[in-house]
Amino acid sequence: MIDLTLHFLVLLLMPPLLLGVIIKTKAFFGGRVGAPVLQPYFDLLKLLRKQMVLSRTTSWMFLAGPVVTLVATLAASLLLPLGERAAPVRFAGDFVLFAYLLALGRFFTVAAALDTGSAFEGMGAAREITFSCLSEPAVFLGLLALARITGSLELSGLLGPKVVDGWIAAAPTMVMLVVGLFVVALAENCRIPFDDPNTHLELTMIHEVMVLDHSGPALGIIEYGAAVKLFLFGAVVVRLAAPVSTGNPLLDWGAFVLAMVLFAALVGVVESGMARLRLTYVPNLLIGAGALTGLGFVLLLMR
Amino acid sequence: MTLTPVVVGAGLLAASGLISLLAPRAGRLGDLVFAALMVAGGLVGSVAAAAALVRGGDADLVVEWLLPWGRIWLHVDALSAVFLLPVFVVPALGAVYAVAYWSSGHNRSARPLRAFYGLLAGAMAFVVLAKDGVFFLVAWEVMALSAFFAVAAEDGKPEVRRAAWVYLVATHVGTLALIAMFALVRRASGRFDLAPLEVAGLSGSLATGIFLLALVGFGVKAGVMPLHVWLPGAHANAPSHVSAVLSGVMLKMGVYGLVRVGWMLPEITAWWGWLLLSLGAGSAVLGIALAIGQHDYKRLLAYSSIENIGVITLGLGAALLGRAAGDPVLTGLALAGVFLHVWNHALFKSLLFLVAGSVLHATGTRRMESLGGLAHTMPWTAALACVGCAAIGAMPPLNGFVSEWLIYRGLLSRAGGAGLGGAGLGGAVGGFNGGFAAAVVVLALTGALAVVAFARLFGTVFLGSGRSEAAPRAHEAPAAMLAPGLVLGAACVAIGLMPLAAVRLLGRAVALAGGGASADALGSGLLAPLSAIGALSAIVLGGAAGATLVLRWWGGAARGARPGTWDCGYARPSSRMQYGESSLAQTAIGLLVWVLAPRRRATPISGAFPRTASLRTRVPDPVLDRAILPAVRRATRLVMSLRRLQRGKVQVYMLYILLVVLVLLLLV
Repeated sequence: MIDLTLHFLVLLLMPPLLLGVIIKTKAFFGGRVGAPVLQPYFDLLKLLRKQMVLSRTTSWMFLAGPVVTLVATLAASLLLPLGERAAPVRFAGDFVLFAYLLALGRFFTVAAALDTGSAFEGMGAAREITFSCLSEPAVFLGLLALARITGSLELSGLLGPKVVDGWIAAAPTMVMLVVGLFVVALAENCRIPFDDPNTHLELTMIHEVMVLDHSGPALGIIEYGAAVKLFLFGAVVVRLAAPVSTGNPLLDWGAFVLAMVLFAALVGVVESGMARLRLTYVPNLLIGAGALTGLGFVLLLMR
Repeated sequence: MTLTPVVVGAGLLAASGLISLLAPRAGRLGDLVFAALMVAGGLVGSVAAAAALVRGGDADLVVEWLLPWGRIWLHVDALSAVFLLPVFVVPALGAVYAVAYWSSGHNRSARPLRAFYGLLAGAMAFVVLAKDGVFFLVAWEVMALSAFFAVAAEDGKPEVRRAAWVYLVATHVGTLALIAMFALVRRASGRFDLAPLEVAGLSGSLATGIFLLALVGFGVKAGVMPLHVWLPGAHANAPSHVSAVLSGVMLKMGVYGLVRVGWMLPEITAWWGWLLLSLGAGSAVLGIALAIGQHDYKRLLAYSSIENIGVITLGLGAALLGRAAGDPVLTGLALAGVFLHVWNHALFKSLLFLVAGSVLHATGTRRMESLGGLAHTMPWTAALACVGCAAIGAMPPLNGFVSEWLIYRGLLSRAGGAGLGGAGLGGAVGGFNGGFAAAVVVLALTGALAVVAFARLFGTVFLGSGRSEAAPRAHEAPAAMLAPGLVLGAACVAIGLMPLAAVRLLGRAVALAGGGASADALGSGLLAPLSAIGALSAIVLGGAAGATLVLRWWGGAARGARPGTWDCGYARPSSRMQYGESSLAQTAIGLLVWVLAPRRRATPISGAFPRTASLRTRVPDPVLDRAILPAVRRATRLVMSLRRLQRGKVQVYMLYILLVVLVLLLLV
């Protein structure tokens, strides 16, 4: 019971913190003090208190989009184990549901963007749905490799205690999976080098440009949903890279939270050290990530 | 015992259109009589088919007739019942739709169309019921021919005539293969019927021959690539309620045939399964990729049918592999997925074709580029389209996800493994688990591409603002056209929320087609996740609906003024500046150039004050436009060169006769 409560608390409260850590890391590399780590929380509270402005072009889809995306992301989060702790809902084949819930979120984000009738948002929508065609196979290849390693078909098992066996017996595969899935995490969450969450207009290539017209609570919901999605992908990468299990629940939770903060810091380091890729190179990087996870899988087949 | 109501239902479907011809030419009586008879037949038949699924029990009916060899031998079992349900449900709903969509008052072709539509529906029921080979072929031909006349309803248009002819040729190529298949069946069993074959009379090559001929014959009807050539044109050019029946139901007759022949064959060779699996994977990816390239929304839906048939074929291949390997888990899961996807595709594809018909009715155009913003003028149709698009993209709160999950789960049972230490990775399927893993990845890619195709369809037709005058002048569809869609949409939601109940209904059919062990395997906790999926779906649906309302209220959406879209501060945005369907597709097509090979014709911008500039792109069909038509054209040219012999002068012909006689004299 306590475990479940902690699970939900961490899941619901921690995501904006990751954004705060990323911003702080980037400020550090830029030689600035930067906003407080808790700034994203303040931003969200501020947005929730504002009134929305709705374009006359929009229909019900404009508001349904952010909401469905958030609900689908939260529903997907019920399937994901955090750290060593098993997920509240788990069954063989649950990662398919996980992936398709995120696809549902994508469909509605894109629909809400197209609802504004703005060319900018259409541009972002086209990119979002296209690039996900490349990241989806990469994710599935990675999970299939994990299924072979752990002999399980549920996320709680794929990312469960047997991941350690993978590092012992098939370390090269594990390295490929971690790198491949980290790249996918950056792409799916529209971080540098795929997208720059800090710029605006058409320079911001994918996610931010799709939500240009949302304001107030709707924008808050979008920002929060994006943070939860980053948290989910971070939890996968963290679990693969650092399969810590001490047996003590409190220590495990502490290790998980610490690892997530480190993940966010790593994203910040990547963002500080790299420039955004030219759009035409984005598919290459994603195909590279898919090739990496695929190669990891093939290496397992040859054992 | 269950056969009489099924036959009565099928008879009502077949006769409905002919009876309605008795009604006076003017007025709505004929349309109403037709719809009433179709609904009556559909209700009787679907209740009886559902009862056959729930209670089980086979039934036979034999009537002698005068044709040689054959007799009318009807048979219903769980397998036929699975396919009978869509046959009875979808055409009946389509007939209600037609009352407003294709009424006698507006279309001269309405009366003959009713007759052929009813015949098509009835013939499909008899195809599924037939046990005797000759009777099966007769029903199959009646189905094929009435579908031809239904497709050609608007025969004044050249593209309609062309599509109908391509269909007629293709379907007869298929029938030819089926006749050959029945000849082989007779060689194996001594009978012309669809009964299980004995191992004794069946050599390996004979069984392979039967399987391959069935694959060609039924594959043409189902639209498996590369046998799909007739499908896009016929679906796009038929009246929309006919397209709904063609895509939702008639394609499934091909699937039925494949399942039935698989059930007849006592032993399965593994490579048949791999062949079906790869054909299915190819159809799925290519079908949806080509769908992304289409500018006409009905053509897009047609290519998406090829994708869905691909998913079904892939599942069928997996089921055959499961049977070849004696793996009841794989067989059971794959078959359950295949059967449920047959139902699901019948539901959401018919829904989408009916929605497409409403849009065509309201705007008069099939080009997505001229539409937009219909969510304002046609809110109900837009909501139904949203349900259909989400369902066909296999997104969770709806039915499409359930069947795809079952197929995924079946593949994963072999693609995963027992862990690093485990031995049982290979098994009897030649240890080729990589193949199953590849199939999983193909399904994932297909799913992602389907999101592209349907976000684009829904976004450009229903969202944003209208791109031509046709769009803002659109009107909501009348009740007769909305009601069938509502029924179909509700069924999509119901299966999504109660997946376990739907799969339980299929138990008997799985047992029949995959052996009792596979049905038992499904009972042993493998399906327990379906309740979790149903519960999560309910949470998503309820949560999203509730939260949207709360957000509307909380953010004061109703109170605020409604300015224009911000559009980065641009003051005079026009609807032509929106991202259109081609621009939405362009990013994806750019990645798929190597399969789609789009053709483009551009007038470039030149000079300081350019007058006109244009860009047209077209994604041709890889088989029909790139292989068959060029080959036909070349053959025609070759044959035309022989025409030089034909001069029309008697003297020349006399010369030919003389030459022939001389040659013969020399030779003999």
